[in-house]
Amino acid sequence: MRELFRPAFWASAIAALVLIMGIPMVSEVYTLYNLTVFAVLAMLALSLGLVWGIGGILALGQSAFFGIGAYVYALLSVNLGDSTLAVPAAMAAPLVVAVLVGYFTFFGRISDVYFAVISLTIPLILLSLINSASGPAYQFGKAHLGGYNGIPAVPPLNMPFDPSAVLSFEGMYYVAAMALLAVYLILRVLVASRFGRVVQAVRENELRAELLGYDARYYKLGVFCIGAAIAGLAGAFYAAWGASVGPTVFSLAFTAQAVVWVLFGGLGTLLGPIVGCFLVQGLSTWLGSVSRVSPEIALGLLFIVAVLLVPNGIVPSIRDRIRSRLARVHGGRP
Amino acid sequence: MDLAMLTGVQVVYAIASLFLISVGLAIVFGMMGVINFAHGEFLMLGGFAFILAVRAGVNFWVAMFVVAPLCVAVIGIVIERLIIRHLYGRIVETILATWGLSLLLIGLASALLGYYQMGVRPPFGVVQIGAYQTGAYTFFVIGVAVAVGLVLYVLLRHTPFGLIARGTMQSAAMASALGVNVKRVYSVTFGIGAAVSGLAGAVFAPLTGVLPISGLTYIAKAFITVILGGALPLTGSALSSALLGTVSQVTTFLSTSVFGEVMLLVTAIVLLRVLPSGITGKFFKRGI
Repeated sequence: MRELFRPAFWASAIAALVLIMGIPMVSEVYTLYNLTVFAVLAMLALSLGLVWGIGGILALGQSAFFGIGAYVYALLSVNLGDSTLAVPAAMAAPLVVAVLVGYFTFFGRISDVYFAVISLTIPLILLSLINSASGPAYQFGKAHLGGYNGIPAVPPLNMPFDPSAVLSFEGMYYVAAMALLAVYLILRVLVASRFGRVVQAVRENELRAELLGYDARYYKLGVFCIGAAIAGLAGAFYAAWGASVGPTVFSLAFTAQAVVWVLFGGLGTLLGPIVGCFLVQGLSTWLGSVSRVSPEIALGLLFIVAVLLVPNGIVPSIRDRIRSRLARVHGGRP
Repeated sequence: MDLAMLTGVQVVYAIASLFLISVGLAIVFGMMGVINFAHGEFLMLGGFAFILAVRAGVNFWVAMFVVAPLCVAVIGIVIERLIIRHLYGRIVETILATWGLSLLLIGLASALLGYYQMGVRPPFGVVQIGAYQTGAYTFFVIGVAVAVGLVLYVLLRHTPFGLIARGTMQSAAMASALGVNVKRVYSVTFGIGAAVSGLAGAVFAPLTGVLPISGLTYIAKAFITVILGGALPLTGSALSSALLGTVSQVTTFLSTSVFGEVMLLVTAIVLLRVLPSGITGKFFKRGI
């Protein structure tokens, strides 16, 4: 809770709030539309940043939870015609999957790298499962899984318990941006809490943390589940924003994107994944409008460059530079 | 009776194909500790090299057994020089860099070769098993898998290079102190892994055709097989192929091939709960 009493915490929260409120006054509709989806994707980046950067769990298949959230939201909101229950369900379903996967992997004490590979195969398996789910057997009430085509006509978010009060286009922007800010602030408090500190201790040295009496398995499972729920929430917003959901959310390229955002923005920070997501998505949107370079080539190159040349990511690099500059201004004191 | 025989053949075929698609990856992982996420793309490149060579008029068998492995081996060695060599011992960075490479190769293949399926007709006719028939190519794939296994076994067990490679695998520092050029051993090992992957890609090309994204259909299965196999490349991938191939083929037989794949993953995860370092982490520790 100490984080809550720091002025810097509140200052950054208020600055972000002003930014979120101010942007719609100056930007065009198209920009707002893009910013909404960037905010939603940044939530996915944030969840991976938490699990990987803070928890040290290499969850390369984090987008599986995003996809599960999107599909659960789509199925429920189509059937109920109301998003009130669909959103929490879209968080609960990935959580259940995370508990199952986490039980078999963390409690089996599988090594980090093995975990990474197993995690990555989950979206791949879901991809082929969903792609083949096109027969009449895959009808759930009013919704149909639709195989390769996905689920069309997913209803947008509405006010809780009032399906007629559908969120407007701008409303969706505010909800997505505010949700991103809220998740970010909650995670900052979480990371500074006792739980967060133990999670980081486990990341740094699992054996030492265990010798100090903490059961690393529960902490890993805990942070993995929180990340899954956040990714599921982002998935629900994604389905609501795009009014549809398709199996591409489980594709390898999609989960690779999330890894690039975190890697490029900076591992071990919470701001890094968000910055990385906005920068990379902005860049690829811009690239798509000015040239015909295939996004896969651009993404692949960015990936290799990020690993070989900017291993720390942007945000930590800039932060270190600012700190050393400040130290010099203050007469060389560290 | 006929049905039982047909099912038996299909189970053996599933095992053989799992072994073929995963053994190249297993060699690179087991010998060098490198997880190559571009493995699926090596298979894809092998398939393309084979099909393009056949279309250019090269003999079918020369294209499959010489051109495809050689091309992919050369590509593999170049990649080892450019990227992987800088990242030895940093396994997470290797995963990420080779993943980027995988995306890059998919992008390049679709830019250069176009985004459509290429194929050639498989040779041989069909074989009659009682009232059922199956392609004779099925038996050919099984034969290739056995041959690849035997050749690799002899290479690693009974040649000077195999001795040096196994020594380097056990302790790179000690091998280096004894005058072995470890970098060259790694380079050649990576090349061999790539060549086997290229051959596997070529063997499956007549059956499935090749697309720039073909690698993605193999990669999940290959990784799961290697991880369940554990540290020993040959024994591990053979044993886990046998286990997972049987499970997935029996499930496929009872439902659909998609559930076969799901069952493969579920079996592997559940087994890893019991054997966290794979089958050969617990049993058969003295093999290769």
